[in-house]
Amino acid sequence: MGALDELTRPATDDDHVGGVPARLVASPASTAEAAALIADAGDVTVVVRGAGTKIHWGPPPDRLDLIIDTTRLNGVVEHAAGDLITVIRAGTPLADLSLGDQQLVLEGPTGATVGGTVATNTSGPLRLHYGTVRDLLIGITVVRPDGKVARSGGKVVKNVAGYDLGKLFTGSYGTLGLITECAFRLHPLAVSRLYVRTTAPASAVAAVLGAQVVPSALEIDSASGELAVLLEGTATGVRERASVVEKLIGGEISEEAPAWWGVAPWSADGIGMKLSVPKSRVPALTESGFPVRGSAGTGVLYAAPRDITEVERLRALCVTAGGHAVVLTAPPPIRDILDMWGPVPGLVLMRRIKEQFDPGRRFAPGRFVGGI
Amino acid sequence: MTDLDALARRLRAELGPDQVITDRQELRTYECDGLAHYRVVPAIVALPHTAAQTAAVVKACVEARVPFVARGSGTGLSGGALPHADGVLIVTAQMRRILGVAPEDERAVVEPGVINLQVTRAATPHGYYYAPDPSSQQICSIGGNVAENSGGAHCLKYGFTTNHVTGLQFVAPDGNLVRIGGRAEDPPGYDLLGAFVGSEGTLGIATEVTVRLTRLPESVRTLLAAFPGVDQAGAATSAIIAAGVVPAAIEMMDALAIEAAEAAVACGYPAGAGAVLIVELDGPAAEVAAQFDQVTALCEQSGAFEIRIAADDAERALFWKGRKSAFAAVGRISPDYIVQDGVIPRTALPQVLRKIDDLAAENGVRVANVFHAGDGNLHPLVLFDDGVPGEAERAEATSGAIIDLCIEYGGSITGEHGVGADKAKYMPRMFGDDDLDTMQLLRCAFDPDGLANPGKIFPTPRLCGERPGRHRAADAFPDAEVF
Repeated sequence: MGALDELTRPATDDDHVGGVPARLVASPASTAEAAALIADAGDVTVVVRGAGTKIHWGPPPDRLDLIIDTTRLNGVVEHAAGDLITVIRAGTPLADLSLGDQQLVLEGPTGATVGGTVATNTSGPLRLHYGTVRDLLIGITVVRPDGKVARSGGKVVKNVAGYDLGKLFTGSYGTLGLITECAFRLHPLAVSRLYVRTTAPASAVAAVLGAQVVPSALEIDSASGELAVLLEGTATGVRERASVVEKLIGGEISEEAPAWWGVAPWSADGIGMKLSVPKSRVPALTESGFPVRGSAGTGVLYAAPRDITEVERLRALCVTAGGHAVVLTAPPPIRDILDMWGPVPGLVLMRRIKEQFDPGRRFAPGRFVGGI
Repeated sequence: MTDLDALARRLRAELGPDQVITDRQELRTYECDGLAHYRVVPAIVALPHTAAQTAAVVKACVEARVPFVARGSGTGLSGGALPHADGVLIVTAQMRRILGVAPEDERAVVEPGVINLQVTRAATPHGYYYAPDPSSQQICSIGGNVAENSGGAHCLKYGFTTNHVTGLQFVAPDGNLVRIGGRAEDPPGYDLLGAFVGSEGTLGIATEVTVRLTRLPESVRTLLAAFPGVDQAGAATSAIIAAGVVPAAIEMMDALAIEAAEAAVACGYPAGAGAVLIVELDGPAAEVAAQFDQVTALCEQSGAFEIRIAADDAERALFWKGRKSAFAAVGRISPDYIVQDGVIPRTALPQVLRKIDDLAAENGVRVANVFHAGDGNLHPLVLFDDGVPGEAERAEATSGAIIDLCIEYGGSITGEHGVGADKAKYMPRMFGDDDLDTMQLLRCAFDPDGLANPGKIFPTPRLCGERPGRHRAADAFPDAEVF
């Protein structure tokens, strides 16, 4: 009996991806086990699933046999506090991490795993100061679609030895293979944090960025007309910086984030979009009449358009502004007729990368840009 | 007429006669980069002025099946721009326009030949700067920084080139111009920016780079702390990090490096120091003030016998002068030297330094240590005299053994200088066959013919289309063999 037979169970009604049912589910407990499974999987088509918090994102796969569930690839392998790094198995929920007075600044939906966060490249308000997955991931272990185990990077932050495959796998939606382990740089937890909350117009974003207050986050919610700035640091420093921001854009200093902070603006069965524009175009986007919410400080915002016409108008606004817009999730009837990814520069090279890593198109076929 | 003669003629026709060099004497100017002990005279040097010309050169190379190597200012320290004897060296230094500075988007758009420091100079009037600051920032080019994913003293807090590039136009190895990213973040699809930055010219040649600009800090404070030895300085570094402080930079020099710097630039570091730390904090004034007191106290508690605080920019510059000139300065105390670049977990610093001392004693050479202590990036300078028989070999052996130490302690064979021609042989010590094979899948996607900077990074090139090991997956899809 091969690893495929040993490690899989029949799928249940819940084991589908965007309505495409799987036949089998496997939950390997180690990189070696996952490698054996994948090496034995022949021409079986695979979708990788973590906690499933974003499994409905992206187009459904063209076909599906096996769901590789990562939830048993669980736990912190190493936390070297003095070196400000950690190595974590892909199926570990972000919420389970306990890193003392340090933090791994990954943000995703409640319940999201480390691997799912890397594979879909989610981010949140803190991206302004700490960057995104690509800035925090320093090493990765993956199983290729042919079952070979490969790693790149390492456990030190500063490292330019070889290609940075971690970045290639970040946001690759499981189309290049299975991520089993990730090494990250950590940051010290701030001693003190305060929010400045105001109803200033979006043009105030430039004033905050132009001040030398180094905000950790600068979020906007155009529906409520609110702008909120997060400051982190020493107790005295944060108080002083908060009052500088308050003088600059008005509002009030609060220990609490607004209720919309870091919350996706779409409903469970609605359309969810990620928009990205140059920072100077954020005011225009917020005044476009479509409610948007997100990181005004980086120009990455989210919207919940009601129909395809609104998707297209939002996308046109972003593209014209020098940015782009991706539909993250949409209900089935809309998803089936929508170009979720929109125009993607560099697609020819991306197809060639896919062809090299997964010539049989066995990993998440059709889920990614350009039908990859 | 040889094929290379025909190629030179075609390039002259496309670029103009003064942009193509084939004269043997003139070619010798380009025979090495900053790693001068590797020398290869290229067959042809091309000096394109535009992205279109760069693409035309690459296209011509592809059609003639001639390898090409990109070079910026030629300051690289791993031989990444080492020419190919039968190839074209494409020098991007003529593309040196700053195409735009957009403080409102916190971006600048520059051509690859623009010098690193010029980006900061262009941004400073707007209150911004370009954060990555390799020691060679007065002469190194942005195109080279992109190829090497250059770091610098301040990348402890601000990251490397890869964290500061948001858009690229590049000539792919097939000669096509590709544009990815821009002023907006998170372009959809695979992270081609992340793949390209740091690929050492093996995935193409950058012709336009969009970089992040960082707001100038409200306050910068710098201290110089003198310690009896490297153990105490290392302990201070660990204590600072453990306290949750993220300085802009923590730099260390040992006694021999200090001696060299004094001889070269008379930086006036405290007499009798076995090690000095330069610690720089930047950010909002209120934060910097609070943390600076904390850092000063931690240095004292760790055994600093003298702490100087820079009173103004001039004194700050003097602190840095010793550090930034350290590589060249060892020329004052030794006729020859090897600059090494390795990384260890910062907590292993004391053990590794002791072992480096032992190695030096065993091999009868001296090692001066200069490093980015905050991120564990060592730059041991192995001193030797090429005039003494056997000394060069012993120095080379010491330098190689230091790299083995870095791997043994879970670090890296290069933190910022790159693999290039120099360290390809070390790659199998850090990575397994499957790791290197997987990296080369990316190479095959970009450059199936292996014409872009061949022989760099990877000790053994992968034959693209060949799938080593089990063929089962490919057998199911026979068309996969055809690339």
